[in-house]
Amino acid sequence: MTMSKILEKAIYALLPLLLLTQLAQAKLEIEIVQGNASALPIAIIPLQWRASGPPPETSVGDVISADLYRSGLFAPLDEEDMVDRPVDAESIRYGTWRLLKVDYVMVGTVRDAPDGAGYDIVYQLVDVHTQEHMLSQITSVGLGDLRFGSHRVADAIYEKLTGVPGAFSTRIAYVSATGIGNDQNYQLFVADADGFNPQPVVGSPEPLLSPSWSHDGQRLAYVSFEKGNSAIYIQNVSTGARELASSGKGINGAPAFSPDDRYLAMTLSYSGNPEIYIKDLSTGQKRQLTNHWAIDTEPAWSPDGKTIYFTSDRGGRPQIYSVAAAGGKARRVTRSGDYNARATISPDGGRIAVAQGRGNEYRIAILETETGRMRSLTPGVLDESPSFAPNGSMILYATRENSRGVLAAVSADGNVRQRLILTEGDVREPAWSPVIR
Amino acid sequence: MNTTWRLLLALFIAVAISACKTTEPEDTTATDTTDTAPVKEATTAAAADPRDYTDARNFDNSESLLSKRVVYFDFDKSEVKSEYRAIVAAHAAYVSAHGSARVTLEGHADERGTREYNLGLGERRGNAISGLLSAAGAMGSQLDTVSYGEERPVCRVSDDSCWSQNRRVEIVYTAR
Repeated sequence: MTMSKILEKAIYALLPLLLLTQLAQAKLEIEIVQGNASALPIAIIPLQWRASGPPPETSVGDVISADLYRSGLFAPLDEEDMVDRPVDAESIRYGTWRLLKVDYVMVGTVRDAPDGAGYDIVYQLVDVHTQEHMLSQITSVGLGDLRFGSHRVADAIYEKLTGVPGAFSTRIAYVSATGIGNDQNYQLFVADADGFNPQPVVGSPEPLLSPSWSHDGQRLAYVSFEKGNSAIYIQNVSTGARELASSGKGINGAPAFSPDDRYLAMTLSYSGNPEIYIKDLSTGQKRQLTNHWAIDTEPAWSPDGKTIYFTSDRGGRPQIYSVAAAGGKARRVTRSGDYNARATISPDGGRIAVAQGRGNEYRIAILETETGRMRSLTPGVLDESPSFAPNGSMILYATRENSRGVLAAVSADGNVRQRLILTEGDVREPAWSPVIR
Repeated sequence: MNTTWRLLLALFIAVAISACKTTEPEDTTATDTTDTAPVKEATTAAAADPRDYTDARNFDNSESLLSKRVVYFDFDKSEVKSEYRAIVAAHAAYVSAHGSARVTLEGHADERGTREYNLGLGERRGNAISGLLSAAGAMGSQLDTVSYGEERPVCRVSDDSCWSQNRRVEIVYTAR
């Protein structure tokens, strides 16, 4: 065999490996670092594939199972422990599942949609103890949307068993930085909530930060330094079309869409120091909301759109304040801790998550607005950028691990924590999308 | 006045002599046809008085404060510490003496705290330097402040040795 033949063989042998590493580089890996002892035992029986064409690489059942597991509220049974694989609710032998200490069983089938333009996921969820059929549904999706359909099924199961709508069929935006020195590259990505299918939205050799979703889930506002100074852009995630929202002198930062998407709150410093402004997106008119020599920044809307929470160091150190979106006097909201910044408001308006600093440690803390009680949720060191899931169940945030930025999520009660690791780059600035309808 | 001139002359001679000395080894290695230009350059550069802050040659003179163009800050603070006042005063002298000079004050913060708040903090630091330059005679139209917050660290380890290098304002001349 000649040398070139050997080389050729070696390359062919390595090719699949190379392709695999390529794929892995773009993927977020998720790992639960702190679980929940009271997680509900559930068996997601592998769904029967009755559709034309080959089944997908990751089965529908695996996607559903992984979603439920990640929530920390469910303990899905391992597939190898499934001694029985019923194809429908009628053939479930309840005694078997009681012995396996499983409370709920899901069975189902994937078949072609009647019009041939997609798939129907036909499934049933039963309570092992009462033998009650809790869900019996068909979820229809387009040809390329089987993963999305699987997330929708997980959402339905989650809602049925916890009483809270699921947030698995949502997306996350984040910024990834690669390279060092003058060879930096920043990319804004949008991925499925489980980290799959990451799509670059925009890339730049200059810093990108503060992505913020519109509530229709179609657009992202973000800050880019591509022109040398900070500027705010609004970009349509599916078409890529973008518009410049602000590029005045000084800081143009911290964009936040109002709940009705008619206004954009932002931080501008052209007056000499950072103040909060509200821009009417249909007329382009902007209105100054705060007026103080301090740093006023990081506006966050209450879900009813009536209040803006923001960070200000007017009292000496950064704390969260609130002001009526219509204007008025600012009121201090956080009272414990040296440093509370970057508020994110729960969908029910009852809780405010912040980055809380104490000495050199920064943790995600949560304030109950009713009681004023505040507690930290994460073990910290440098945790920041909290972002609520649209169902309020989890908070996504940025942390550091071995001098590298990674994303993590913590349940709103602090009991379940997980890391989302992108295999390449320094990941930061996560933003959880609203529910996409 | 007379003494100043005499001092300057003495300084010029001293520097010129030392410049000649440093160029000697160069002469031995350089070919005859190329040695005149570099020698002349070395002589004139070395002739700059490091304390003459209106002399552009001092930007590259490590003995002059004009060659120092980074000011460091304490955590979450934007007060210019006394040890950096002389550097800022030197640049103020240059900028006010050269109407065509343009300076961008690039404000930075360390990684602790939130990114948007740190943009505010970087700007406040840039403005602190800008304010001192203005007070010492620089025109507002000569000065610009850009904050990069914590986005452009010079050092990436999470400890104070690194953070102290990142909390800074870089005095960047876009025109001299």
